[in-house]
Amino acid sequence: MFDDKTAKAQRPIAIKAEGLRKSFGSHEVLKGVSLTAREGDVVAIIGGSGSGKSTMLRCINFLETPSGGQIEIGGEAVAMNATGAPTDRRQLERLRQSLGMVFQSFNLWTHMTVLENLIEVPVHVLKTPRAQAVETARALLARVGLAEKEAAYPAFLSGGQQQRAAIARALAIGPKAMLFDEPTSALDPELVGEVLAVIRALADEGRTMILVTHEMKFAREVADHVIYLHNGVIEEEGPPSAVFGAPQSARLKQFLSSVG
Amino acid sequence: MADGSALSASLDLLAYSPPGWGANLLRGLGNTVLIALGAYGVGLFLGTLGAFGKLYGGPLTRDLLGLYTTLVRAVPELVLILILYFAVTDLVNQALLAMGYERIQISGVAAGIMVLGVVQGAYATEVLRGAIQSVPAGQIEAGRAMGMSPLLVARRVMLPLMLPAAIPGMANLWMIVTKDTALLAVVGFNELVQESRQAAGTTKAFFTFFMAAGVLFLCMSLVSNQIFARIEAWANKGTKRGGI
Repeated sequence: MFDDKTAKAQRPIAIKAEGLRKSFGSHEVLKGVSLTAREGDVVAIIGGSGSGKSTMLRCINFLETPSGGQIEIGGEAVAMNATGAPTDRRQLERLRQSLGMVFQSFNLWTHMTVLENLIEVPVHVLKTPRAQAVETARALLARVGLAEKEAAYPAFLSGGQQQRAAIARALAIGPKAMLFDEPTSALDPELVGEVLAVIRALADEGRTMILVTHEMKFAREVADHVIYLHNGVIEEEGPPSAVFGAPQSARLKQFLSSVG
Repeated sequence: MADGSALSASLDLLAYSPPGWGANLLRGLGNTVLIALGAYGVGLFLGTLGAFGKLYGGPLTRDLLGLYTTLVRAVPELVLILILYFAVTDLVNQALLAMGYERIQISGVAAGIMVLGVVQGAYATEVLRGAIQSVPAGQIEAGRAMGMSPLLVARRVMLPLMLPAAIPGMANLWMIVTKDTALLAVVGFNELVQESRQAAGTTKAFFTFFMAAGVLFLCMSLVSNQIFARIEAWANKGTKRGGI
């Protein structure tokens, strides 16, 4: 653990967000939040409903256009104008290709088989030869325990299987970091475990991940750094032992006791 | 016996080679199919542009497209055909004469395809706009999130996913365009109805020829239904509706 911490300062920064703001109309959802994930870090973002945690994650790859602030991906600042709108579409697309995104509602392409979902971006965006993309995809499907499902369409899979396929799809682009937006929130309780096991394995192999989650026990176990958001402000952050073990703010204490 | 001879007289009238009028009817059918296909293609093209323009275009694009779909859908097709065929031909020719060129004769097929295509485009814009809006936003986001360009997202994700919602409406538009070709008779174009009317007028066998035209339209729609059913099953692949 301590070796890890000393080495940590030398690891390059994978994702950095500074002073992120986001308003929907007159409602300010993010009021200047910052985050730094070095390579190999697992950052968990927790908070109540409406705290802005999903918005914060979605601003990192500009699925939501921030209203202000700065984003750096792999040390490269995303070009944006004063209102937060990205100004270089090609740069943004290139940077997005280094971020694997996993959504709450899976968002697998329903008109494609599982295998086709996995090779879509590698073949059509990254221009990987199809045979090679298929080979990588099959290896990833085997990893998430879906080797037999490659020819199935998403509608014929359980929620847990769909989310594992979606994780494999995100991995198939060879991302430098993974973004998880409440990956287990849409799942039946008995299916949560199989998805968390896959995410845990990714954390264990040292993948950079930013994880928005309601699974407090899981966040405590896998995260290196935990951010507690409340009303668009980072109320408290730190290593999980501190945030979960010795919460300082009254709000965080109340939040942790309410989610059990 | 009287019935039998009436039937055989009718069949003689419909024979392929003269004195039968079968060849004329088939030529009319051919023209009808040609114009319908052409107009449908033009309509699909205009409708795709129109739908994306209405959803993602700037305020001016949206206003212009709104004007287009409102006007074209409000005015009867027959009036539009007369306006577009006579007025536009006249305008083109006046412009040509003013620039010192010769007057041109616009071919019936080209004019028919253009006129009906413009009409189809207005309806297709609305059908396709609804279909695009039916595509789940999350699946579009998934493409954008992994660095697909807007064009690639449109082609690889939106287009296939909007098909199930678009096909019933687009199949309707096909049925309508096959029948709208009959309106081109007013500008003297020899499609199926015009050919039938000429044959009927000459032979006075109105019932025989209009029944024959009706049967040909019916056959065309039965074949179309089969084709659209197949397209629909294909477009629904991956859903429980379409099976795997």
